[in-house]
Amino acid sequence: MATVRPLRPPPVERDPALSDRALDNLRFIRETMERAGTFTAISGWGIVAVGVLAMVAAAVAHIRPTVEWRVGTWVVTAVACIALSMWATARKARRSDVSMVSGPAQKLALAFSPAMLVGALLTVALLRTGANDLLPAVWLLLYGTAVVAGGAFSVRIIPVMGVCFMILGALALFAPPAVGDWLMVGGFGVVHVVFGIQIARRHGG
Amino acid sequence: MARHGAAPDPRGGARKHDDEKEALRSVRGRAAEATPGALDRLIHERMRLGIVSALAANESLTFNELKGLLQTTDGNLSVHARKLEDAGYISCTKSFEGRMPKTAYALTVPGRKAFERYLDHMEALIRAARDA
Repeated sequence: MATVRPLRPPPVERDPALSDRALDNLRFIRETMERAGTFTAISGWGIVAVGVLAMVAAAVAHIRPTVEWRVGTWVVTAVACIALSMWATARKARRSDVSMVSGPAQKLALAFSPAMLVGALLTVALLRTGANDLLPAVWLLLYGTAVVAGGAFSVRIIPVMGVCFMILGALALFAPPAVGDWLMVGGFGVVHVVFGIQIARRHGG
Repeated sequence: MARHGAAPDPRGGARKHDDEKEALRSVRGRAAEATPGALDRLIHERMRLGIVSALAANESLTFNELKGLLQTTDGNLSVHARKLEDAGYISCTKSFEGRMPKTAYALTVPGRKAFERYLDHMEALIRAARDA
């Protein structure tokens, strides 16, 4: 009697552990690539110092007689804060042996800058048209946008901080002008201090 | 690891290796074109996989950056980096930053291709297990 042969060879028995190991390897690759593409040397204490400086600036701006003086106070403070946070971050990077010109650091700077430049241009335009009441909203929204964009290349808490600024900026757009100053204190002061402490605690300074 | 309560197989590691090679050979597509043995030895090892993955996400990384990222020792990292360098998967550039010597690594074109082939292999293995 003729023997019956299957048309196809029997399927190769697969070891489920092999695919588990493959999944584990892919997970390891993804996590390593995420960590490698992240700039982790943002200084939490530097952000706290920026927050404190912003609170002082808010108090000084409040007693200034004219809009120009008040805006001038904030602009000078912003420049001082950028310099301070860069210095604190460079210090932390040196301590942690992380390069300030590595791929992630460059991407962070490139992603952070455009919204800040737009903020500077809009500040000039709004001052010229006399729409000064919009400045707190524009500053909070665009700084928040810059932090969210730059934060994509840093630890996850940074973009969350940016979102907080954007929410405060959105509130400032529709709030009465007097509230705008308080929202600036809440954002540039309190949000910086709170998130700065969290970053310092979780990410080594 | 022994199954069904059987005695541990002293050749367990080698058998696992053979199983993987067999499974890699049986998967279809681009993955099947690679030589699984060479991939296993060079990229499959965790530390070397970490080095290649980190370099795939960056144009270049210094020795100290890789060491911090992979949480390893100088000796371990240099041994594995040397193996990848010898295979032509990564390039190594030595320079001075002030008076301090600096070693930077980057993924080469063959290294990136090998990494992509490895990813294909892993994905093919997962697909094969799902289709079975």
